[in-house]
Amino acid sequence: MNAVFTLVVRDLRLAFRRKAEVLSGLFFFVVVAALFPLAIGPEAATLRHIGPGVLWVGALLASMLSLPRLFDNDWRDGSLEQLLLSPHPLGLLVSGKICAHWLLSGLPLVALAPVLGLQFDLPSEALGMMALSLLLGTPVLSCIGAIGAALTLGVRGGGVLMALLVLPLFVPVLVFGAGAVQALDSGLGAQAHVSILLAMLLPAVFFSPWACSAALRIALE
Amino acid sequence: MSQLQVIALSCERGGRPLFAPQSFTLDAGQAMHIEGDNGVGKTSLLRMVCGLAPSASGEVRWGGEVTADHRAAFLRDVLYLGHSLGLKDELSALENLHTASVLAGQPVSRAQTLEALHTQGLASRAHLPLRVLSQGQKRRVALARLQLSKARLWVLDEPFVALDTLAVHALQQVLQNHLQQDGLLLFTSHQAVDLGRSVQPWRLGA
Repeated sequence: MNAVFTLVVRDLRLAFRRKAEVLSGLFFFVVVAALFPLAIGPEAATLRHIGPGVLWVGALLASMLSLPRLFDNDWRDGSLEQLLLSPHPLGLLVSGKICAHWLLSGLPLVALAPVLGLQFDLPSEALGMMALSLLLGTPVLSCIGAIGAALTLGVRGGGVLMALLVLPLFVPVLVFGAGAVQALDSGLGAQAHVSILLAMLLPAVFFSPWACSAALRIALE
Repeated sequence: MSQLQVIALSCERGGRPLFAPQSFTLDAGQAMHIEGDNGVGKTSLLRMVCGLAPSASGEVRWGGEVTADHRAAFLRDVLYLGHSLGLKDELSALENLHTASVLAGQPVSRAQTLEALHTQGLASRAHLPLRVLSQGQKRRVALARLQLSKARLWVLDEPFVALDTLAVHALQQVLQNHLQQDGLLLFTSHQAVDLGRSVQPWRLGA
């Protein structure tokens, strides 16, 4: 456990020393979310209607932008080799890396989304649900995305390939994440959507590190 | 009871055998110098011994047990230093060595780390990010890991590259100490190495 904690701290520290990488993803999210109201016009009802979907797609693309870096730097400088040679289970170490990735690229989106939601005239309950659905959904994106990042490690043009691999798998998260906000808005209640998001989160957190480890071992052969 | 047995280990690249099956035994306190021309498979052999790369055939035993089946126990006893050093340019030498020691399952104190950096002549640069250090200095930070490690088996790929004469001398001293304490050493090098005792040469050829 100490090793996992050390790894998370190391990745956070690295991110704070090259802030541009983390901030670029967040700015991307802000810009994408700001473009839609400008393009569509100030019709409040339309904006309210598309708001949740636009924010979710923006968050999904922003979290994907940072995925190629998840293992790439470690692979280049040989740190990944040392992770594989650690006596600690690789799955645990990888879950530490995924956790650090989510803290850096997922959690800030959760915090930003309600603020950006104001541009779409979303009511306060919808803003709360937006944050909640992202809080449950973005870890799933990190977990699934990590598998894609591990599989395409070291492949030329791997970024595009990873997007093609991972985006279809993001669809259920997108549907139920954005759906939760819309369901709340239409008065149906979002409990079912939240339960399904949670049901996706648990297996993703559990299985993704092991799938990643297998892919990383192959990548380093 | 530490003994490394390599039994009929062979390597294939692109469907062609890279080298014939290799078998050798290394006992406590012994060192082996893997020699051979460029591209003959020295690095591949070392990586296969550590379990980083799969072998086409054969197995590696550590203390009589097949390493593929007792991976965690084996890795606790191994320190591998390859061409890429596994260090982060943004972190300081101290932070790098701390992370490396925890990941290797042998946490060391700050004082021990500083002392190891001091012996490498890097005490004044312990807090600087590695990107401002020279290639040779980075290499020395990686070699400081050797002094901090309690691993029995050291697998070093070209440890003498990019070091000045003084550092080469210091490294030879560290390796000698390791062997005196019944450690095992498997390394490749293109230069002659004086470890003060007999080093088994192992010629790798097609």
